[in-house]
Amino acid sequence: MRVALFVTCLVDGVVPDVAKATVRLLRRLGVDVEVPLAQTCCGQMHINTGYAGQALPLVQQHADAFRGFDAVVTPSGSCAGSVRHQHPALAARSGQAGLQRQVEDLASRTYELSEFLVDVLGVTDVGAYYPHKVTFHPTCHSLRVLRVGDRPLRLLRAVQGLELVELPDAEVCCGFGGTFAVKNPDVSAAMLSDKLRHVLSTDAEICSAGDSSCLLHIGGGLSRTRAGVRTVHLAEILASEPVPA
Amino acid sequence: MSTFLGLPAPPGAPPTAPPGVGHLRGDRPFPEAAADALADPQLRHNLGRATRTIRGKRNAVVAELPDWAELRAAGAAIKDDVLAHLDTYLLQLEEKVTSAGGVVHWARDAAEANAIVLELVLAAGATEVVKVKSMATQETGLNEALAAGGVSAWETDLAELIVQLGDDAPSHILVPAIHRNRAEIREIFLRAMGGVGRAADPGLTDDPAALAEAARLHLRQKFLDAEVAISGANFAIAETGTLGVVESEGNGRMCLTLPRVLITVMGLEKVVPTWQDLEVFLQLLPRSSTGERMNPYTSTWTGVHPGDGPQEFHLVLLDNGRTAVLADPQGRSALRCIRCSACLNVCPVYERAGGHAYGSVYPGPIGAVLSPQLTGVAENPSLPFASSLCGACYDVCPVAIDIPSMLVHLRERVVEDKRAHSRIPTSEQALMSAAKWTMLRPGRWAAALRAGRAGRVLGRRRDRIGALPPPLSAWTSTRDLPRPPEQTFRDWWVSSNGGHAEDGGT
Repeated sequence: MRVALFVTCLVDGVVPDVAKATVRLLRRLGVDVEVPLAQTCCGQMHINTGYAGQALPLVQQHADAFRGFDAVVTPSGSCAGSVRHQHPALAARSGQAGLQRQVEDLASRTYELSEFLVDVLGVTDVGAYYPHKVTFHPTCHSLRVLRVGDRPLRLLRAVQGLELVELPDAEVCCGFGGTFAVKNPDVSAAMLSDKLRHVLSTDAEICSAGDSSCLLHIGGGLSRTRAGVRTVHLAEILASEPVPA
Repeated sequence: MSTFLGLPAPPGAPPTAPPGVGHLRGDRPFPEAAADALADPQLRHNLGRATRTIRGKRNAVVAELPDWAELRAAGAAIKDDVLAHLDTYLLQLEEKVTSAGGVVHWARDAAEANAIVLELVLAAGATEVVKVKSMATQETGLNEALAAGGVSAWETDLAELIVQLGDDAPSHILVPAIHRNRAEIREIFLRAMGGVGRAADPGLTDDPAALAEAARLHLRQKFLDAEVAISGANFAIAETGTLGVVESEGNGRMCLTLPRVLITVMGLEKVVPTWQDLEVFLQLLPRSSTGERMNPYTSTWTGVHPGDGPQEFHLVLLDNGRTAVLADPQGRSALRCIRCSACLNVCPVYERAGGHAYGSVYPGPIGAVLSPQLTGVAENPSLPFASSLCGACYDVCPVAIDIPSMLVHLRERVVEDKRAHSRIPTSEQALMSAAKWTMLRPGRWAAALRAGRAGRVLGRRRDRIGALPPPLSAWTSTRDLPRPPEQTFRDWWVSSNGGHAEDGGT
């Protein structure tokens, strides 16, 4: 099985450790993941801000970059959601039958990390060791676009040493929302403040999620308020191993 | 005359709701109005508590039904059929209402609807009317139009009464006074009831039962005096010409039965083909809106009956931009809406900003897609962006309106509209074009990411960035940014031979 890593633009440029962790994790599980360097961005920012016309060539480029792989895995529920749902809709509207077929085919082979681990590899215990108290924000697009359900929680529960504490109102949006965070900064901040309140109420050291974008927002708020809680991507937790004796 | 959906066909594109009448537009962009609302602790507290309670009730009664998904699909399918054959059903409705002794009036927009109603009220010789809670007449600004014509309109729904006596605007479709608490309601009753009818007892407390009793006494006189009642409609059944209103307080039943003349103003998308269709909507609506298995009062009426109930019945069918919504294949499913307000109650944006920030009688997620379509996006350009696209609204919608996708579609229309009206690109347009240009070539993209390293200078002291100049200050005003990494992922991948160099070549 040829597996490609869809890095996502944000991870590539801002939090590369998340992609490195994903590579380490997949290799540990026996997957020789490849990174096609022709990939850039799925175009979700353009699509969600009203620039679908500009996004269309990005959709084409994304589909070309991942041609020939059996599976594409990404450490982002939101970007996987865009590829699976927005790309086919956009391609259909463009009237380009070839693109539509290509995009639909890629959509059916694109997985968010927890889906890939649980559904494709069939593992929940990935052999990780992470001796910390962790709470998990499930992120909107993982929940309501991809319907990943409790897959990330099943993976976290199997991590040795990890104490998982339930996040109150976990399913409520953190207020990131892409360009929403800067177009409606006050509402975004109000949503964030409630999310932070819930995170702090768990007394966790770490707030994790499957999306770096939401974590950038939540982590930015935690850092600004010197809350003493860190954000760590699900991939980084799952990639952690005990230090060899 | 040629017709379009049963209405005289206008030349060109169907008209949107005209400006200057009714309540579909705000004075300020959403982010600005929302910022003020966010600073009101009373509002935040009331809304948080009220929406949390109603969400819980809705979830519990929806979970009881094993066939909720099928009901939801049926609701969507019936509405889609109605929208596809609106011309047929509306003409059938007109014929049945007429043959049952009612009179049907067609109103192209809010101004026409208001003029029709005022004329009917004056013809009945009335200077006062009682009203059943109605979104359509809120939309058209009927009360103001009647006042300008010398007619006083009294709202009889408890929450609408609170809003009216408080000289306020509704902030929720179902719970118009959701932004008020009982202490505020007591003050409003004591201050305002005496000026327009029976005054409240000076010893009135803020006990909910006492407040309800004060409203009951005040309203009873209105019901008995009124010659004319004005209602909205939750549905109209084409096969029999029957109208229906669902409500909780019994005020509707009083208005629909006591006065001599009944005038119903209804958005033209509210028609359903048959009685059988109510089987679906009378399950979907109460469970989604009040979180009840069934609402306390469901009233239906067909035409007029000598010696029993109103002796004159008028139905005003309101367009006011609805055919313009129907004309957009990607936007038309907003007309499936049955005004349950489940989407408001789950929306994290609505819960914090409140209804007034939307500037329209239709707030929340459905308002963010409906209002800009009714008015044309140019007049409500900030509303499609008033959402984080979290998708909670779509999940609870009882007629499966894909609000997030529709928001994205309307954002496109806003961007196109701006582009069409100015040849100078906005900074956002320039930024999006530059981003696309960069992202289309992996080489350029890699270089651009690498250039981000320059930002490392900003975060060198504390390993985070706390302040950036506009427009990025919109981010850093409340959130830090991490210091950019020394190396992008792709540079690491190339330089470390896919990470194998780091692992000692394994």
